[in-house]
Amino acid sequence: MEAILLTIVLAPLAGALIAGLLRNQVGKVGAHSVTILGVGISCVLSLYVLYLHAFQGAPVYNESVYIWMVSDGLRMEIGFLVDRLTAMMMAVVTFVSLMVHIYTIGYMAHEDGYERFFSYIALFTFSMLMLVMANNFLQLFFGWEAVGLVSYLLIGFYFKRETAIFANMKAFLVNRVGDFGFILGIAAVAMYFGTLDYAEAFAAAPQFADATITIWGDTEWSLMTVVCILLFIGAMGKSAQVPLHVWLPDSMEGPTPISALIHAATMVTAGIFMVARMSPLYELSETALTFVLVIGATTAFFMGLIGIVQNDIKRVVAYSTLSQLGYMIAALGASAYAAGLFHLMTHAFFKALLFLAAGSVIIGMHHDQDIRNMGGIRKYMPITHWTALLGSLALIGFPGFSGFFSKDAIIEAVHHSQIAGATYAHVLLVAGVFVTALYSFRMYFLVFHGDGPRHFEPHHEAHDEHGGAEAQEHHHVEDEPTPHESPWVVTLPLILLAIPSVVIGFLTVGPMVFGDYFDGVLFVAAEHNTLGAIEYHGVLGFMLHGVMALPFWLAIGGLATAWYVYTQKPEIARNLARRLDWAHFVLDRKYGFDEFNQAVFAGGSKLLGKFLWLVGDRAVIDGLAVNGSAHSVGKLAAIMRFVQTGMLYHYAMAIIVGLLVLLGWFVLRG
Amino acid sequence: MTADWPILSAVIWLPILGGALVLASGDKAPNVSRWLALIFAVLTFLVSLPLYSGFDPTTAQMQFVEKAPWIPLFDVYYYLGIDGISMPLILLTTFISILVIIAGWEVIQYKPSQYMAAFLMMEGVMVGVFAALDAMLFYVFWEAMLIPMFIIIGVWGGPNRVYATIKFFLYTFLGSVFMLVALIYMYFHSGSMEILAFHDLKLNLTEQILIFVAFLLAFAVKVPMWPVHTWLPDAHVEAPTGGSVILAAIMLKIGGYGFLRFSLPITPDASSELDWMIIGMSLIAVVYIGFVALVQQDMKKLIAYSSIAHMGFVTLGFFIAFIIMARNDVDSGAILGLQGGMVQMVSHGFISAAMFLCVGVLYDRLHSRQIDDYGGVVNVMPWFAAFMVFFAMANAGLPGTSGFVGEFMVILASFRADFWFAFLAATTLIVGAAYTLWMVKRVVYGEVGSDKVAALEDINKREAFVLTSLAVAVLVLGIWPAPLIEVMDVSIENLVRHIAITKL
Repeated sequence: MEAILLTIVLAPLAGALIAGLLRNQVGKVGAHSVTILGVGISCVLSLYVLYLHAFQGAPVYNESVYIWMVSDGLRMEIGFLVDRLTAMMMAVVTFVSLMVHIYTIGYMAHEDGYERFFSYIALFTFSMLMLVMANNFLQLFFGWEAVGLVSYLLIGFYFKRETAIFANMKAFLVNRVGDFGFILGIAAVAMYFGTLDYAEAFAAAPQFADATITIWGDTEWSLMTVVCILLFIGAMGKSAQVPLHVWLPDSMEGPTPISALIHAATMVTAGIFMVARMSPLYELSETALTFVLVIGATTAFFMGLIGIVQNDIKRVVAYSTLSQLGYMIAALGASAYAAGLFHLMTHAFFKALLFLAAGSVIIGMHHDQDIRNMGGIRKYMPITHWTALLGSLALIGFPGFSGFFSKDAIIEAVHHSQIAGATYAHVLLVAGVFVTALYSFRMYFLVFHGDGPRHFEPHHEAHDEHGGAEAQEHHHVEDEPTPHESPWVVTLPLILLAIPSVVIGFLTVGPMVFGDYFDGVLFVAAEHNTLGAIEYHGVLGFMLHGVMALPFWLAIGGLATAWYVYTQKPEIARNLARRLDWAHFVLDRKYGFDEFNQAVFAGGSKLLGKFLWLVGDRAVIDGLAVNGSAHSVGKLAAIMRFVQTGMLYHYAMAIIVGLLVLLGWFVLRG
Repeated sequence: MTADWPILSAVIWLPILGGALVLASGDKAPNVSRWLALIFAVLTFLVSLPLYSGFDPTTAQMQFVEKAPWIPLFDVYYYLGIDGISMPLILLTTFISILVIIAGWEVIQYKPSQYMAAFLMMEGVMVGVFAALDAMLFYVFWEAMLIPMFIIIGVWGGPNRVYATIKFFLYTFLGSVFMLVALIYMYFHSGSMEILAFHDLKLNLTEQILIFVAFLLAFAVKVPMWPVHTWLPDAHVEAPTGGSVILAAIMLKIGGYGFLRFSLPITPDASSELDWMIIGMSLIAVVYIGFVALVQQDMKKLIAYSSIAHMGFVTLGFFIAFIIMARNDVDSGAILGLQGGMVQMVSHGFISAAMFLCVGVLYDRLHSRQIDDYGGVVNVMPWFAAFMVFFAMANAGLPGTSGFVGEFMVILASFRADFWFAFLAATTLIVGAAYTLWMVKRVVYGEVGSDKVAALEDINKREAFVLTSLAVAVLVLGIWPAPLIEVMDVSIENLVRHIAITKL
């Protein structure tokens, strides 16, 4: 087993190293072959591991690979924990990654840095696998930061673009704010539980259920609340929850394949995975669960609203991702870990699909990303159109599609939750269904319906605003009067992702959410068992129940509204935007988070730095203390002249040589 | 334990002898001097390797001991020996010295033989500082070390080198004088100049505090700790690349080493009494200096300030031990903090060296250190950019690089001392990444900044070799730090046991 697991992890790494370091030797074909081979091996073996765990009842694998260090009795190891949760994550990560690898051959065909791109995404796959397969907090943090690094490198892939290199730095720093909390959480775990190993920490945790610590003054805080919230701050960074969500929309500066892989399907779900993995800890603190629930629901609804006013096709999908991550987080807060993970899985497929479809449209539109310029694309790009439609239906939770099962399970679970904030969360999540349907189908109708593109450049010169290598590299393409369908390497992954987007929910909701798939992996306290409170009588019963419930009609309402407003009466949208210009303004400015951060945190830090440097270092320490004494020692001026003439140099060299000779002589004599 | 042959002496005197030969070779045939210097540096490194392979990690006793009378009148001995604390630092010195010689190869055209000689001699003297077990011998090496550095900055330095050298001299001189007084006081008290004898010397609290403060002045300047740090940015900016590398990678460590060899074991009660002050200064170094680094326009200054912030972790790790030991509800963590500080020293040796070498690569081509003069370097120097981004990430403490290990250990340990210590220390995750990546963004990424940048050539094989060596070291230590911890483990444990016992 160890050999299989090591191969799963190291095959993508080997691919990344070959494609990256030997890029001049292997060339383009070599780079994509070797990385696809690596990730392909990894994917096949991961599916095998999933099969063993899901169907063969394979025992939980929890072994150390090597000891990183032992200090002060604290063992820090690199090791794997593979249970059904890990196996599911491994399969999702490697499958989506493989699809994205194949897709990239088409999408990046004419770009500079082709080899570098493949190297990065294979490296990402390695890092993400290390993260989900970790059996301890240290390795979790390794993977956590490593995926952040690759994300940084990929968002800044077009490194000539000012917006891209701003976005990647922003992403890294905002994630570091999360990691700041995360590392303190890990420190707390290490201090109180005396171990960084998951199994040992989870075993030790119940003894600390009532423990308190004092942080400020004499106020006693529940230890578990502090630990869980600190760890969750890390999840807020990685999974882009309010207020640490600001980096994700900007991350769209990266090439579309990585938006699908990293910023939709896998990396951003690391926070959800982490909290679910830590369920034995979170179940001990209702306060932390409330915090998680409220943050998740807030993100789900308010980020969805922004999606309605976006005009960049990728940003619409990005805000949709933020919103869907909010749903998953809210599920965790309601202790419906299985539902959150289930939504993670279905979302990985349909959101990767939507991003890749968006990328396909972008290729067709010659790198114009503005949905106002698109239209009627269903005629020119049928495969892209149909797969995108399936993805959108899955996203809005249309009955039968995968998203329906996962979203309904979450909403039902939050409905049954008794903890503080549950009502607030439930209202927002239900309302969010309408919003989801509205922004999804606004985009769908604007892009795929209508008579034809409202604005289309048959050649590429006009797309300079999208800048850099991406546009310029396409110059050799001949002028085309209309968009046309993408090559098979692009459409094949779309089709392969569309299949699970439709059927995976139907097939797996029973065992995963309401069955025993996660038994022994996820821990839910009896009083928080919200999923258990849902009456489940098979898939069809669940669907029937769903069709009669409010969320379904809200989804239909959103879809219908989008259809009416964006295909029948476009002037309604314009009028509404004018009437509600204040609301439009607030949404267009994304509630002002960016402006606030830029002014207060970025600007404030620079001001503080300038003050400390010029006043603290220059004026006080140097001005008063150091130079003051230098002036009083006027004789030093003489030394200065020596240095300038070079005399001191000879003099000092003589001293040192003399000194050393003297010392050496004593030694030899002794 | 006494060695079969005097390895430590060889590691000290071989480079000094080499330095003398290089000096004698003159500047008429610069290549001869360069090769001679390289051969001696490599030889010294090879000779220092048995210190690791022959090291017994199961004992805290001094190893490879050499002892001979030197000035019998004052009981001064030529007394050398190493334990798990000094051994890694000696290997760091011999390793970095090779790279410095290679890095200065074609770059130094003015009096190359004397440049190389100065570095070789400095190498020997620095090893002497780490290996000396006699206080007077230590002091001689300690002072001797300054002279070559003084010369390096004064002769091969930048336009403002005079101010920098004066400042450097003033600071370090003031610090060491008090240390000398403390050493002499203890000599009169104990009748011995052996550092290990000082460890067991009974001292009352007043004596301890005075001695502690005297040492503090010497070591704090070297580390450097806030508020006696302002010489470092100036010295770095004016020093040639090699000088900056040695300064950052080795010399700063001598301050940290001083705390472990002198302050903590000789004055444990004073250390415990004044721990709040050192911890405060360390945290100020981490936070305050982090913000100062953010607004620097000069790359070398930025890295210099970043060094001060990173060294804050070293002193923090050393002194939280006292708070942890004083807490009843925490049973371990002191060793973690001390080891974290040690790892941070070694790691910072690699990373700061690499960062200064990266700046040196740019400076050699464009003769500017100003961030604004660059931009889009990646377009013309892709391999260099890869190294720079890698080392920047290491500087920002990315897991998998050595920069993470020490910071992680110290944060874990300081959490056991006080939540807020860990909180303030952990801000480096954000601020450290901010100043490092902002510099990378402005220097490496973007459109080609100017015609001068457009004309830059990527690193040559010599530069690639130096940077690759450091990259490997940074990665190995980040992925598998266990070997480093193992060699120091017993020595640090012994130190913790020693400082836990009051001398009063």
